Amino acid sequence: MAAEITTNSWWLIILAWVLTLVPLAWYSVNTIRKGRKLSQQVPPESRRWM
Amino acid sequence: MTDTSVAPAAGAVTSTSSGGTRILGLICLVGLAIVGLYAFGVTGADVRLGESVRIMYVHVPTVTAAYCLMIANAGFSVFTLWKRSTFSDLAAHATAEVGTLMLGLTLIVGAIWGRMTWGAFWVWDARLTTTALLFLMYLGYLAVRGLPATPRTRATRSAIVGIAAACLIPVVHKSVEWWASLHQNETVLGKINPNISGNQYFTLMLAMVVFLLIGLWLSIHRFRVLWLTERLDEVGIDAAIDDRRSEYRPPVAQP
Amino acid sequence: MLRDARIVAGKDLRLEARSRVAVNQVLPFVLAVVLLFGFALDADTALLRRATSGLFWVTVLFSAVIIVQRSFAIERHDGINDALRLSGLSAGGIFLGKAASLFCQLVIIELVLGLCVIVFYDVTPSGAGLLIVTTLAATLGIAAAGSLYGPLAAGLRNRDTLLPLLLLPVLAPVLLAASRAFETALGRGVGGGWQWAAMLGIFAVVYLTLGVAVWGPLLEET
Repeated sequence: MAAEITTNSWWLIILAWVLTLVPLAWYSVNTIRKGRKLSQQVPPESRRWM
Repeated sequence: MTDTSVAPAAGAVTSTSSGGTRILGLICLVGLAIVGLYAFGVTGADVRLGESVRIMYVHVPTVTAAYCLMIANAGFSVFTLWKRSTFSDLAAHATAEVGTLMLGLTLIVGAIWGRMTWGAFWVWDARLTTTALLFLMYLGYLAVRGLPATPRTRATRSAIVGIAAACLIPVVHKSVEWWASLHQNETVLGKINPNISGNQYFTLMLAMVVFLLIGLWLSIHRFRVLWLTERLDEVGIDAAIDDRRSEYRPPVAQP
Repeated sequence: MLRDARIVAGKDLRLEARSRVAVNQVLPFVLAVVLLFGFALDADTALLRRATSGLFWVTVLFSAVIIVQRSFAIERHDGINDALRLSGLSAGGIFLGKAASLFCQLVIIELVLGLCVIVFYDVTPSGAGLLIVTTLAATLGIAAAGSLYGPLAAGLRNRDTLLPLLLLPVLAPVLLAASRAFETALGRGVGGGWQWAAMLGIFAVVYLTLGVAVWGPLLEET
């Protein structure tokens, strides 16, 4: 098999997880925060999902 | 649910969350925790991939979610051109944005996985190359969305770019695949899934479901933010029009 | 629709013939790029010859971006868009006309570029049939994609920089296929030249169909 394992470094594995989860979390927090700010400025009748 | 009943309770609802998204978000968090537990606690190293298989539990799900979101984007784009609905236009925007984020994450994490498995961050493999081109196409799509324009113009334009991008995915993939196969590199990125079984398979499947839900949850929130932004623009325009009207009243009130 | 296409193409080409921007600016640009690649690869003729097919098509792609930008910027500044819309020509026809005029300009540029490459990189052309078919098919694809994305991203402030971002990823497969086909024609590829040419034909058809299909709404909205 060509799939040689060149390294088993845990450091890279952790890095991969962090690089996935941190941007996602950052994006989520940003989106929700923006939503909070905006929904205070918009009249409630145009916020139909509540 | 009527809107007016909510209005008196001002201050109670000032976010893009609803009951549904709260539950969905909770499921995502719990699911993610279980995936993490399985990925690092329950499952062991893979026979062929070694410890690097643990990266697969985030890499494969992000790319799955990304492609699903792109398909959703294409659907919304078609619908936008067809019915001219603001809803589908904004939904297309939200899915493309979250999908592009997922694609970006896929590329980064894929590079790390490649470093561990092939010893190189980048290999000119068909799947990698297609994904990179796709990522660029959707960056272009989002840039088109960012152009200053009236909502209607923006909707049409971006729907066209979205549809074109979706139409080109198979074309790009086919050509790149053929190119890569001509190289006759030993195709290191063979079939991974069939070799995975038992707990590893379960973890991967669970992770896929969780990331799809995360994609959905993020898209919903993003959609609501876009919706609010749109409303806010309208409110601003309405206010401006009202201002102009009130300025203009006295001289016009003659007849 | 074809009659409309001929009218629009004729108008565009006459405009180009009179302004001579393609001749005065784009051709020198092409020459400059050819020389720059020479410098970048340290004037290593063997290496340059080996890289010729790729360099050729990269240069074509860059000049295509410039030409598309220009062709649609003129329209925008002179308000020709509205005039075209009022003219009663069919949207598909206008699109095909635009693509045809881009096609003609690109073919001229490719001829000159081919000469430059022969002179500067010491390439001996071979496989004429494959070269010509590849060039025609690839150029058609580039012209179609350019006319599709051009009106979206040309002529307004902040927009000129957007065109390369939209166009280059979309044209990447064309670059790939055309370079491989050229390599085969010049006798250093791994084979499959005609298949690549066929693929270029498919690209061209896909882009042309897309363009004819969506140009109507696009013209209305921009």
